[in-house]
Amino acid sequence: MFVTEALAAGAETAAHGAAAAAEGHGGESFPPFDASTYASQIFWLALTFGFLFWFMSKVIVPRIGGILETRQDRIAQDLDKAHELKTEADEAIAAYEQELAEAKSSANEIGNKARESAKAAAEAERQKVEKALGKKLSEAEARIASVRDKAMADVGAIAGETTEVIVKQLIGGTVTKTEITKALKSVEG
Amino acid sequence: MANDPIHQFQIHKIIPIENVGGLDLSFTNVSLFMVATVAIAAGFLYLTTANRGLVPSRMQSVSEMAYEFTASMLRDAAGTQGMRFFPFVFSIFMFVLVANLMGMFPYFFTVTSSIIVTFSLAILVIGTVIVYGFMKHGLKFLGLFVPEGVPGVLMPLVVMIEVISFFSRPVSLSVRLFANMLAGHITLKVFAGFVVSLSTLGALGIGGAILPLLMTIALTGLEFLVAFLQAYVFAVLTCMYINDALHPGH
Repeated sequence: MFVTEALAAGAETAAHGAAAAAEGHGGESFPPFDASTYASQIFWLALTFGFLFWFMSKVIVPRIGGILETRQDRIAQDLDKAHELKTEADEAIAAYEQELAEAKSSANEIGNKARESAKAAAEAERQKVEKALGKKLSEAEARIASVRDKAMADVGAIAGETTEVIVKQLIGGTVTKTEITKALKSVEG
Repeated sequence: MANDPIHQFQIHKIIPIENVGGLDLSFTNVSLFMVATVAIAAGFLYLTTANRGLVPSRMQSVSEMAYEFTASMLRDAAGTQGMRFFPFVFSIFMFVLVANLMGMFPYFFTVTSSIIVTFSLAILVIGTVIVYGFMKHGLKFLGLFVPEGVPGVLMPLVVMIEVISFFSRPVSLSVRLFANMLAGHITLKVFAGFVVSLSTLGALGIGGAILPLLMTIALTGLEFLVAFLQAYVFAVLTCMYINDALHPGH
């Protein structure tokens, strides 16, 4: 307070000088430097500013602070929610994609299986048919062989008979069967 | 007397309350405008935020802007620790701002053009800084006057300069605001006075009065800027001084 008074006193003398020199108002001093009004001004300033300070700290600052905080919270909350929803959507997309991939791979598998089984069935059928054909072929071959053998066996007899007839025709004599056979055998070697 | 540029600063008693313990505590026009300033500042902030709208109305966002403007000013200067002084800084800013702006109305008294008002506010700020500084840091608060890295020989000189600069703060803080408001209002009044006196000189005078009229209009705009700027400067310096109380080391 010492500083205040000293300064006020200093200001007052300065004011008197300035007022007297510049304004020429005579006795009337420059109002801002009129120390007789200071007590009242300080008193009313303390009262009004004190009230303002009290009102600010008790009502205004908590209220506006609260409003801003609520808004901040609300924004943060909304952002969180948006984030959450986005995560959910991402998860759904991932699940969908996974399912899609699974379905694709299972479709592939089913296709492969079907192809394989079809192939196996065809192979089996082919083998069966081949087997049957082979059997038929060998049967036919056996029959042909027997027919040929029989024919070959008959060839000797036919030749004998033919020889007998030819000899009879050519020389008019008879030739015994034994001789003919003997002759044929020597020809055959 | 109407043309006297000093007339607007005259103080007259409305309700005389004389001699309270030897002091004259009369309710004057200054007191009236202090009450009006506080009523408007508090009333505006109170009424516009009454809805507590999540989505602010136009007026509510003005209050919120003032709040956030001051809050960021204080946070930038003094950090989050400084926020305990927020109601104080906000009160000072709103009081000075509303007082300055109210002074722009014709026939209104400008509370901040009174040196004792601005000086009392400055003393309040410095007093807060000193009291809080000693409360928080004890004698270490005096480290404010001892900058680091100064050679021992120069130390007494530097400390003296620091002490003087510290104690001249309330003076510069108060005189800056007071002088700006006072000078601005006197200039306005002088130029406005030219308009009146020239226009009594007939047709030529009325033509010539256009120049000071334009000047008055321009000055009015400038004064609105000054009214805001000085409130801002006062609040910013308050924040910086509070920072000294919180962090006395340089």
